[in-house]
Amino acid sequence: MLRYALRRLISLGVTLLVASLVIFLALEVVPGDPAAYMLGVNARPDTLAALRAELGLDQTPPARYAAWVAGMLTGDLGLSYTYRTPVVDMIVERLQVSLPLAVYALALSTLIAFPAGIWAAARRGSVVDVVVMGVTQLGVAIPNFWFAMLMVLVFSINLRWFSAGGFPGWEAGVGPGLKALTLPAVALALPQASILARIMRSALIETLSEDYIRTARAKGLSRGQALWRHALRNAMIPVLTIIGLQFSFLLAGVIIIENVFFLPGLGRLVFQAIAARDLIAVESVVMFLVFAVVVVNFAVDLAYAWVDPRLRGRR
Amino acid sequence: MKAGLILGAGLAGVFVAAALVSFAWVPHDIGGVDIAARLRPPGAGHLLGTDHFGRDILSMIMVGARTSIAVALVAVGIGIGVGVPLGLWAAARRGSWADEVISRAGDLIFAFPSLLIAVMITAVFGPSAVNAIIAIGIFNIPVFARLARGAAMSLWTRDYVLAARVAGKGGFRISAEHILPNIANLLIVQGTIQFSLGILAEAGLSYVGLGAQPPVPSWGRMLADSQTMIAIAPHMALFPGLAILLTVLGLNLLGDGLRDLLDPRLRRRRT
Amino acid sequence: MTLLSIEGLGLSIGAVPVLHDVSLTVGKGEIVGVIGESGSGKSMTALAATRLLPEGAQARGRIRLAGHDMLALPERQLCRIRGRDVGMVFQEPMTALNPLHSIGRQVAETIRIHERTSRADAMARAARALERVEMPADRFPPGRFPHELSGGQRQRVGIAMAIALRPRLLIADEPTTALDVTTQAGVLRLIRRLVDEDGMGCLLISHDLGVVADIADRIVIMRAGRVVETGRFDTLSHPYSQALLEASTHVAPKDARPAGAPLLQVSGVVRDYPAPRRGWLGRPGQFRAVDGVSFDVARGENVGLVGGSGCGKSTLARAILGLEEVQAGEIRLDGQPVFDGRRANRAVRGRMQVVFQDPYGSFNPRHRVLRLVAEPFHLLDDAPRGAARDAAVAEALESVGLGAEDRHKYIHEFSGGQRQRIAIARALVIRPELIVLDEAVSALDVQVRAQILDLLADLGRRFGLTYLFISHDLSVVRNVTDRVLVMQSGRIVESGPTEQVFANPRHAYTRSLIEAVPALPRVG
Repeated sequence: MLRYALRRLISLGVTLLVASLVIFLALEVVPGDPAAYMLGVNARPDTLAALRAELGLDQTPPARYAAWVAGMLTGDLGLSYTYRTPVVDMIVERLQVSLPLAVYALALSTLIAFPAGIWAAARRGSVVDVVVMGVTQLGVAIPNFWFAMLMVLVFSINLRWFSAGGFPGWEAGVGPGLKALTLPAVALALPQASILARIMRSALIETLSEDYIRTARAKGLSRGQALWRHALRNAMIPVLTIIGLQFSFLLAGVIIIENVFFLPGLGRLVFQAIAARDLIAVESVVMFLVFAVVVVNFAVDLAYAWVDPRLRGRR
Repeated sequence: MKAGLILGAGLAGVFVAAALVSFAWVPHDIGGVDIAARLRPPGAGHLLGTDHFGRDILSMIMVGARTSIAVALVAVGIGIGVGVPLGLWAAARRGSWADEVISRAGDLIFAFPSLLIAVMITAVFGPSAVNAIIAIGIFNIPVFARLARGAAMSLWTRDYVLAARVAGKGGFRISAEHILPNIANLLIVQGTIQFSLGILAEAGLSYVGLGAQPPVPSWGRMLADSQTMIAIAPHMALFPGLAILLTVLGLNLLGDGLRDLLDPRLRRRRT
Repeated sequence: MTLLSIEGLGLSIGAVPVLHDVSLTVGKGEIVGVIGESGSGKSMTALAATRLLPEGAQARGRIRLAGHDMLALPERQLCRIRGRDVGMVFQEPMTALNPLHSIGRQVAETIRIHERTSRADAMARAARALERVEMPADRFPPGRFPHELSGGQRQRVGIAMAIALRPRLLIADEPTTALDVTTQAGVLRLIRRLVDEDGMGCLLISHDLGVVADIADRIVIMRAGRVVETGRFDTLSHPYSQALLEASTHVAPKDARPAGAPLLQVSGVVRDYPAPRRGWLGRPGQFRAVDGVSFDVARGENVGLVGGSGCGKSTLARAILGLEEVQAGEIRLDGQPVFDGRRANRAVRGRMQVVFQDPYGSFNPRHRVLRLVAEPFHLLDDAPRGAARDAAVAEALESVGLGAEDRHKYIHEFSGGQRQRIAIARALVIRPELIVLDEAVSALDVQVRAQILDLLADLGRRFGLTYLFISHDLSVVRNVTDRVLVMQSGRIVESGPTEQVFANPRHAYTRSLIEAVPALPRVG
């Protein structure tokens, strides 16, 4: 088990290293001088020189890369050019919105998807199954930002149950904060839950046809007992894979949905940074998001080993 | 589930047809601004109403379909064109460094959601529809590479491949003659699914301004434009969204239907 | 006393009738063997006895199991009977156990589902059940997971689950089909012992009369959903039963052809595979699949290569065919090396061909027979084209007893036996000198197997072929080969003229293989 975890950890480190290299190189290919690019055409020579020095453009690219990586390892992501504040502080501040939103959405989608998928698989071919399959078919196809807009139209503009956007800040209390995140979380959760419910259903149906389910039934377990005790945990293996893969879509969804609801999260930060041509902020935020995806997938890998004894062995 | 296949093909067909027709004819010219006709609700003159510049929404949706379909189609093309050969190569040389590099590179790309790729490209080159194509296309490459590799690996253990090796055929020839035809069904099904995901992704990217730029109409941009008007002109938000929903739904139904039709393994399980 | 009585059982799945008027009984302490070829309805009969039928199945007739009317009871009561009054063992030990639960927990589940007892008590009783199936806790701790056990060991766990509550009836559906002959013999002995100790009744289902004849008290022969005949083994008289019997003891006509000069020479061949790394930075280990094997096969000779699964015989076969590089030693065909440097020698490969085991997986389903059979022409520099190629394929098909017009069909239009004929035609089409038969008849029903063996013998005479038969099944090899090589753990442990090896085996492994072959008592 420990060896397995260690192996995954090393692979995580390598992925992050290569990812950082890719991001660095991608932004390195900016046509011309990054400093001139960031400042626009009308930059004064002295500001340009100052920025060049700050970006370390007088150094060689390997030295700059090394400095960037070294900075990241010590928690220093550089100074945002537009805001003149450390990028780390900005990320931490914005995370207070984005992280709760992502967790809220993930929790909602799991709470919806598991019962729906299990129910549909257990009653395969019944009315329940048909309804779940129909609704999830729609849920998979709906663009989440459009669904968000429709919810704003119904719940904010017509019913006035929620505000149409903005975030009061956690200082206003947990209740108002969560309330402001509810519509965005629902908008994110519906498509995710639809995919997850469909995967859950098909994985369960697949495992229910396995030989060991027949063995369990021959021992005297009822269909329901065989499903809960034997099929469910086996079906979790593909479901976990999807949850891991979905996280990166969830992250992309968070970034888009924050725009719909004018939430001051990482998504807004990304677009503000692009608009301001703040390459330092873009580089670091992208790296941070990749880090998040990789770490979540590492957690999923560990969950695999927890579920599946075959992975805990020596290999 | 033949009904799903027909419904899906029908829905997807309608939007492809709309995109093609728009080259020759649209109900109203969308090139100019007609402030007098702005924000008309759906009705006789403008079937789906007009937007804040007085442009006909039906015509915009028809022309926007071109953007969506073109971006998604090219992105899937990139995914298949690059990903499948890589996957076949990895499977033919399983366990080799090539296999390892291809698999690891795929893992790496999966760590970058297509939105982040688009963010990076936009940060460097500025926004455009080409960005969307590249971003979605790059993300599609490992999808198809993994699919092709996995399916090909299981075929490589088949006796008929062994028989072909006994007949002296090499990896390239076997991949072309025996592997590719037998995974084509899978690729078609996955291609349909990725096509629908591509349409969703393109809509998302142009909604946040990372995709097609004005004046090229796109469904995502139409939704972005409608957002500030949603209280007074909900039809502006409704119809482009429905267009995305129905196209994606159609493609998904088509993909599921094709899977049932083409994959005899699944067909047997159903009965 | 009758434990299970099935009377006039009819069964249809959807609109397809599967069983017609099946009747049989199993008494206390009695093993009843049900024999039939695939599709005969034998497994459906077993599943019907406990009502574990696939969805959409409709059963008629009467089934009484330990006093219960099985077709009338509601599902809830059936659950109480299954596992307590009747235990079941299935064919595939690799997939019949839940991979995520320990074996002790799976055996204990049988107990806990039927009795209100503590987890500790159930685990203790599970350990005793495992002990009864010769899986003692000191060698196989109940905390082991299925993937840590071999096929035979898993099948024993399956049996432990079935007998944990000492049921009155045991239903075993092809319990040894997926196992090696030596493992098979052990499992069959175990079943007999448990039946005798507990006075259980046992319904033992198999496609192989040889497996069952030895240990069953009575035999039921089934064909196409009907019972053909029921009775003691030595009283079976129905023509179909006789045909089954004849087929499993089939001897292909063999004539002594003078053995010529060595055609295939294998000398000191070693094949290593990289094994998983040991430790973090450790070197990759080596797994030696073939360990210094040497033998010759003379022109016109039929040689058998026999061993259990994993003994290295298939690896050796692939090396002979030039598909796998060897790390040491040399393989020559008619004096020329199969490997020319690191590449396979094309000229040599054009003189040998292969027939594989699986008649279903051996053909690309998307090609027509013409293209499938013509594939080996790729090896020839002067391969016939157009009409000549067509004619060559037609001739090959006719020589294996198929029609020339069959070349325009797809492979799914043929039965398993016909497919194996096509595989032979594909091997013949380039007129090779050596044909390697890698378990070529193992997947076939006994009657079809007999026909294919006859065909091979006939072709061998007509075309002067040399065969290398690779098999785990000694009975096949015995009847068709002149000489036999026994392989164990990558080495050849015994070799000699077939009859001599059978009559007087010197190596312990050979003896265990021969003893394990289910022998039919010779009747009249």
